[in-house]
Amino acid sequence: MRFTRFIGLLLVGGLATLAGAGAAAGQTVVGVTATEIKIGNTNPYSGPASAYGTIGKVVGAYMKKVNDEGGINGRKINYLTYDDGYSPPKTVEMVRRLVEQDQVAFVFQTLGTPTNTAIHKYMNQRKVPHLFVATGATKWNDPKNFPWTMGWQPNYQAEGQIYAKYVLKNIPDAKVGILYQNDDYGKDYVKGFKDGLGDAAKKMVVSEQSYETTDPTIDSQILNLKSSGANVFFNVTIPKFAVQAIKKAHDIGWKPLHLLNSVSSSVGVVLKPAGLDASKGLLTTYYIQDPTDPQWKNGQGYKDWLAFMKKYYPEGSVEDAFNVYGYSVAQTLVHVLKQCGNDLSRENIMRQAASIKDLTVPMLLPGIKINTSATDFAPIEQEQLAKFDGERWVLFGEMYDASKK
Amino acid sequence: MDIFIQQVVSGLATGGIYASLALALVMIYQATDVVNFAQGNMAMFSTYIAWSLLQAGVPYWVTFGATVVIAFVGGLLIERVVIRPVEGAPILTIVIVTLGLLVIFTSVAGWIYSYIQKPFPSPFPSRPIKIGNIVFGAHDLGAIGITLVVLLLLFLFFRYTTLGLAMRAAAQNPVSSRLCGIRVSWMLGLGWGLAAAFGAVAGMMVAPVVFLDPNMMGGIQIYAFAAATVGGFTSPLGAVVGGFLVGVTENLVGTYVSFIGTELKLTVALAMIIIVLLVRPSGLFGRTTVRRV
Amino acid sequence: MDSRPGEATAASRPEGGVAHPHATARATRPVGVTTVLVILTVAAALPFFVSGFRLFQFTQVLIYAIALLGLNMLTGYNGQFSLGHGAFYGIGAYTTAIMIDRWDIGYAWTILAAGIVCLVVGFLFGRPALRLEGLYLALATFSLALAVPQIFKYFEHWTGGSQGIVLSKPKAPFGLRLTEDQWLYYLTLSVTIVLFLLAWNLLRGRVGRAIVAIRDNHIASEAMGVNNALYKSVVFGVSAAYTGIAGALSALAIAFVAPDTFDIFLSITLLTGIVIGGFGTISGAIYGALFIQFMPTWAQDISKAAPWAIFGALLILFMYVMPRGIAGFLHLMWIRLTTSAVSTEQGR
Repeated sequence: MRFTRFIGLLLVGGLATLAGAGAAAGQTVVGVTATEIKIGNTNPYSGPASAYGTIGKVVGAYMKKVNDEGGINGRKINYLTYDDGYSPPKTVEMVRRLVEQDQVAFVFQTLGTPTNTAIHKYMNQRKVPHLFVATGATKWNDPKNFPWTMGWQPNYQAEGQIYAKYVLKNIPDAKVGILYQNDDYGKDYVKGFKDGLGDAAKKMVVSEQSYETTDPTIDSQILNLKSSGANVFFNVTIPKFAVQAIKKAHDIGWKPLHLLNSVSSSVGVVLKPAGLDASKGLLTTYYIQDPTDPQWKNGQGYKDWLAFMKKYYPEGSVEDAFNVYGYSVAQTLVHVLKQCGNDLSRENIMRQAASIKDLTVPMLLPGIKINTSATDFAPIEQEQLAKFDGERWVLFGEMYDASKK
Repeated sequence: MDIFIQQVVSGLATGGIYASLALALVMIYQATDVVNFAQGNMAMFSTYIAWSLLQAGVPYWVTFGATVVIAFVGGLLIERVVIRPVEGAPILTIVIVTLGLLVIFTSVAGWIYSYIQKPFPSPFPSRPIKIGNIVFGAHDLGAIGITLVVLLLLFLFFRYTTLGLAMRAAAQNPVSSRLCGIRVSWMLGLGWGLAAAFGAVAGMMVAPVVFLDPNMMGGIQIYAFAAATVGGFTSPLGAVVGGFLVGVTENLVGTYVSFIGTELKLTVALAMIIIVLLVRPSGLFGRTTVRRV
Repeated sequence: MDSRPGEATAASRPEGGVAHPHATARATRPVGVTTVLVILTVAAALPFFVSGFRLFQFTQVLIYAIALLGLNMLTGYNGQFSLGHGAFYGIGAYTTAIMIDRWDIGYAWTILAAGIVCLVVGFLFGRPALRLEGLYLALATFSLALAVPQIFKYFEHWTGGSQGIVLSKPKAPFGLRLTEDQWLYYLTLSVTIVLFLLAWNLLRGRVGRAIVAIRDNHIASEAMGVNNALYKSVVFGVSAAYTGIAGALSALAIAFVAPDTFDIFLSITLLTGIVIGGFGTISGAIYGALFIQFMPTWAQDISKAAPWAIFGALLILFMYVMPRGIAGFLHLMWIRLTTSAVSTEQGR
């Protein structure tokens, strides 16, 4: 009895392996069949960074919309996304699973700097497209050494430099106080800012205060910044702490030129809770439309986005800028895949991703164009300064373009 | 001088946050000998319930009271249903069960309410109070005040009521307590219920400052553990004093010890714990254990 | 926490279900040896049946098993609660990373170095911690675990700060025809076998008895001539060394280290591992490792919406059904099966 069962299992196992091998042999292009394209993604759906997990979800919702509308050149998108909890070892494990077990065509919008750093070499060794990573670090624009990895959003250092140039031009005797998150995101911004100040940095930066995401408040840091005599405040904080910073600065009567990093510039999520009055005069850089900024409310882009959210991602917040971000990256990807036509090999996907010419995506700032080339793996390099007037972000000055350096 | 006082005041405000959760931790430990890793997250979940009530239009203080009651019942039920099956098991087993609760509460809160941060109202006016050059928020003062009131109520409860006496007896000597007719199991449930209620108060005082999201209590619970350790896990007063101490020391070190600055603030707070423990192994106000051979 | 007659206090509760010397002696009967040999053969043959990614997962299981064995020595056998072993894991990982990246030292030597560094750090931490009991020791180690990532970030010049250090996976030596995954697996397997043998030998002899005696009744053990202070500090050091070696191996396996990877959550995961696996047992380290490696992914496959709620529920269920961990449960089953059928089967 036991023997027969054993033979039976052996047969089943053998057949299954053959079937699996057969299926693999039938596919000449990894992750692609006549009817579907398999895409892989990891996002922090749990743990301290779980607020970013909505990006992975909104991308999935957009893929569903694309499928409902017929897919891409007749193929539906099979979007696989796994939780990595923002932990690099977990990211390595999940991405290896996507590439080696799930056999995805490519990996897209993996989130986080340390997490993406952990898989950077692997993706390039395996020659799997590592597209539009969700981080603002500068290192993803390196086609010579890492030809399979590409970023998407304007990088943090470039943004930091824009603020620095503004300070140098408008406040020559500035005394700068910096509040930053003690991780790669915070430090990248600070580096860009200091690089932009150049030699003046040593003289101008009078106080640098950091915080950890486990700190409940940053009141103490704000107090120190004020007492350092700074008249310019470079605020590199995530939304939770940005609100506190704006409010506390206002409460203690500290009125510096306040430079707020774009990650936390949402009117609805940050400025309103902090106090619209207290937020008057704030400066930030803009590249994507803030869904809570009243100036976009009547635009077609916003209306389409809102309709999309209501239909495909009703549990997502319509105040959350991350949901606009994910929507826009997804649209960029769809454009690339459409451009691939019937050749969805990994080489061609990468080639098409590196040949985007003047693409506009509805929710980006009007005037911003996405461009890539064989030597330029930074799709979006334009942004513009904006000042808050108590109600909306008023764009001013020229459109900065980091590619024209 | 101004900056010194201002930092101390600010430290007391943050310390008050730590103290309120530390009280809940100590409460459970005193009543049931268990360190409840899920304490902060239970508080967070109670605050979400309050948020739902407020969204439905219930006035603030009614919500406050209702949430405290709901939290109390919830805590009691959790002890009876989830903890009871492992009551006699080794202590680490119970700790793992509380870890399971922690994970469940966070995950369910994220699933129901999503992970985006939500503002939570404070019952106190938002205009800052100015005394001379020192500024502090009315909410901070109010929150500290409520923590102290809770501490006082706790003290009175344990000292002067029969139920409080019964609870203390059950925690210290369950066998003899049973002989006196005290329902020891129910005392454990009561302990959890009270701790959950304090947690809910802590959550509602904290949320206006740090914003409501499923991971809201993560950092605070760490500091609350530090506070309870410094003050002594066996003393509610110690928990509160510990909280203030941790908050103030953190701020002063960050401000005045420049080679450490803010990048090692957490480390310093933790070094503080270790130093206190080396000098007084049961915390500043803790009772040293007497162990019979 | 006053002493209570009848209800054991945390420190004196008999924690280990299987740590009793007699039980261990019984387990080394022929059946036990055969089981171990079978497992070893399967483990050695694994790389030829299993692909790169799965092999990577199993390598991770072995790494966790080493870390859990270290923690179990300290907490399970010796009764010193540690909520901070993530710190030693991290120190081991960074030792390897810094040595390879900055000083170009061969990876094999860095594993040894990681062990030595952690041995020293563990011993130095254990010494002053002698005065702390149960809960307070747990919280002191908790503080250590919290401080360490911040310290890693602070010494940017050495550690690369928040950016971390990228490494290359070691290639198989002597021109052996093995992939990097396979070589890493065999390397880890060899280290695991050596360390497990060492621990097994240590724990079932005089030293093991002394360690357990300290846990069960440290006043009596001191009275019997055991040098509590020395043993406790040394166990702390050795336990840290084991976990540090696990960390070093993980740095090679992941080929990347970053400060926030070694956070308090890691320490809590390790603690969960030993409790689920089986407190105070050696086999428990392996069960626990399998649990913490595969359960979270499995939970994700069950429920996309709230996978961690499933995981939390699983944790609680495990504790209901097996309060002494998997090893304890298996041991109980083994006793039931091997004891006289008449009395147990019918007496139930």
